[in-house]
Amino acid sequence: MATRPTAAELADYEAQADAWFRENTPKDPGFMLPLTFMEVSTDQQFEFLCNWQRKVYEAGYLGASWPVEYGGGGLHPDFQRIATKVMKKYDGPIMLNAIGIGWAGPLILDIGSEEEKKKYIKGMLSAEDIWCQGFSEPENGSDLGNAQLKAVRDGDEYVLNGSKIWTSLGDRAKYMILLARTSNEGPNKYAGLSFFLAPMHAPGIETRRIKKLTGEYGFVQCFFTDARIPATCLMGNEGDGWQIAMKTLEYERGAKVNLAGGYFLKELDAMGVVELARQSQRGGKALLDDPVMKDRMVDFMIDIQALNLNNQRRRMGPLVQDRPMGLALMNKLARTEMIRELTEFSLAFQGTRGGYYVDDPCAVDNGYWHRSYLNSFSATIGGGTSEIQRNIVAEHVLGLPKGR
Amino acid sequence: MAFSEENLANHLGGLGYSEEQIELMDVATSFCRDKSPIDKVRKLMADERGYDPQVWQEIAELGWLGIAIPEAHGGVGLSMAEVAPIAEQMGRRLLTTPFASCTVAAQALLAAGDEVQCGEWLPRIVAGEIATLALYEPHGDWTLAHVEAAAKASGEGYALSGTKQFVAYAKDAALVIATVNVDGAVRLALIERSAIADSALRREIIVDETRRTYELTLDGITIPAAALLDAGRSANALNQIELASALLQAAEMCGGTQSAIDYTIEYLKTRKQFGKLIGEYQALKHPITNAYVAYEKARSHMLSAAHNFGQQGVGEIAVRMAKASADKAYSFAADRAVQFHGGFGFTHDCDAGLYRRSAIWHASQFGDAAWHRAKLADLLF
Repeated sequence: MATRPTAAELADYEAQADAWFRENTPKDPGFMLPLTFMEVSTDQQFEFLCNWQRKVYEAGYLGASWPVEYGGGGLHPDFQRIATKVMKKYDGPIMLNAIGIGWAGPLILDIGSEEEKKKYIKGMLSAEDIWCQGFSEPENGSDLGNAQLKAVRDGDEYVLNGSKIWTSLGDRAKYMILLARTSNEGPNKYAGLSFFLAPMHAPGIETRRIKKLTGEYGFVQCFFTDARIPATCLMGNEGDGWQIAMKTLEYERGAKVNLAGGYFLKELDAMGVVELARQSQRGGKALLDDPVMKDRMVDFMIDIQALNLNNQRRRMGPLVQDRPMGLALMNKLARTEMIRELTEFSLAFQGTRGGYYVDDPCAVDNGYWHRSYLNSFSATIGGGTSEIQRNIVAEHVLGLPKGR
Repeated sequence: MAFSEENLANHLGGLGYSEEQIELMDVATSFCRDKSPIDKVRKLMADERGYDPQVWQEIAELGWLGIAIPEAHGGVGLSMAEVAPIAEQMGRRLLTTPFASCTVAAQALLAAGDEVQCGEWLPRIVAGEIATLALYEPHGDWTLAHVEAAAKASGEGYALSGTKQFVAYAKDAALVIATVNVDGAVRLALIERSAIADSALRREIIVDETRRTYELTLDGITIPAAALLDAGRSANALNQIELASALLQAAEMCGGTQSAIDYTIEYLKTRKQFGKLIGEYQALKHPITNAYVAYEKARSHMLSAAHNFGQQGVGEIAVRMAKASADKAYSFAADRAVQFHGGFGFTHDCDAGLYRRSAIWHASQFGDAAWHRAKLADLLF
């Protein structure tokens, strides 16, 4: 681990980063940029975001704290935090290769072999190698442990048969982190699962784009038909799959260990919603004069502030004595549900204009709010639905019995 | 889609705590648990006085009545931030005493009293003499400045008239601080209990059976001119009364919410129907989880309100958010607690009812969630 920098070193670095992002952050490209890595719909968007990520990486502001020998910058994590902060300040586009630099990369650096680190890390930082995640299956969504895609060892290869779904960037990815079943034996359904760093360009792998609720593309269904991948793609041993997948979900759910930096989602600004309400009209008057709308808006402000305070409190031991894990485990549920409800509410402000949709010249903020609301379901469903999250809180925090 | 609270957080207060606060939290946790088991709570519900004088004496001896009172007046010299965790544990164990009344009465004296008034009464409050507030009137308005009771100059002093309601523990009080209208201006008046005839007090039947309040008829009571608090600081004092009360309520309500949830979880883990523990059914599991999420949010707000109490602007927003979210959380958790206990939940023997009635009581005093949201709208937008 690199040594902790002095305040002066950090200030110098910040000044450099500030100059670079001020100069290089792209202006409006003239087409809509995805708000999240799950919304990449067109080649134009994809290429634009690949170029941007590569540019940031080459300037040293992505993977700054990852080891030099694998393509990182070798700096202390404080430097990367500053670079990300500056990136956010200039409201730069998202980092596209989220599954790579956010999930797979930290995982490989954490438990991967030397070969795996050498092979994969650099390409994911430069966006040359895009990654996707093969966990959910058509018949096994929330019940991830029941994954059925088969991987059968045949000499130096595994033969894959089955299907994965809701795969963001699946049609553009070079690699997939794949949860597959190598056995039906063992004490439980988890024991037969294995984890692969699988190439997507193998014969027998086909993808079909799925049109989303928003009307855009962004994820696919993957079909594996006698697809052969090298046996060296297995991570760890056969049977380690569930444990590795759970570790991966920790990164996804925000454990934030050793991320390469940047952000994969644009943040919605609470005050932006207030601003929208301020600009909207009812009966010729500002919407915020309407007591009912005002009351609901205040309720959201209370809720948003509660989550903000929760985030501060979860790190304050004496203030979480009774149920120390409670705030951490309820965070995903509380945040994603709040955003869904708030973006839904933002549509109600718009009066007749709520009828317009993305890309109509008269749509408010070019349909940003409609897109935000419809896309909010990706967070209340993906990564474990809110209903599964409630089970997790009920069972792991409140100690209620598991349903049978 | 992620969400940035940073922009909002810049306008609002953050979170923090003092070592004293944590020490008091720990002491209060065991004290309230030990002194207020549920059978004791139920015994006191049937008691005329409504609280245990022995426990009250111990509370005074612990110094808790002087926490937010300056040392110069015999207090500990800390702040309302350190009182809140005690109130939380009291609410959790349904330990009702004149604690909140005395604490807020002292704040009113500090806000508008002169040296003589503070010098006389604050040390007595610290020592355990009961002070209480007479604010509300038959019109039922939460607005503390809406006062019809009057004080009219008469000889050397003032003659009082009108009716006050929900005067907590008035029967045992040494001092009642009442809002009165003096020539169109709302003032605070110190009324010694000795000036109040027993017949001027009627014990009210209130929704929360663990508490005692009285209706006070002011007609016929006279006070000396020196018993009025400073007119110039009156509005400020009313604000202080409202916010200090709301903070202590939010704390008590958080404690009560926690208990309502714990009590229900215990039942869901032991009661079986159709061969299953009822806690396995998501129809019960998910709502109780929602109640728990609301509780944690309310508790964060309450701790922020305690931490930011007294801060210009930020403090008032934090307190109102705390009361609004505590009302929402407590009402929901206690409502579900009744429902999830089934037939037993409908009985007076089930503790869920105690929490439900406590939540209704708290909503009825110093504003419910909607009222505080309306106030917040003016502060935020």
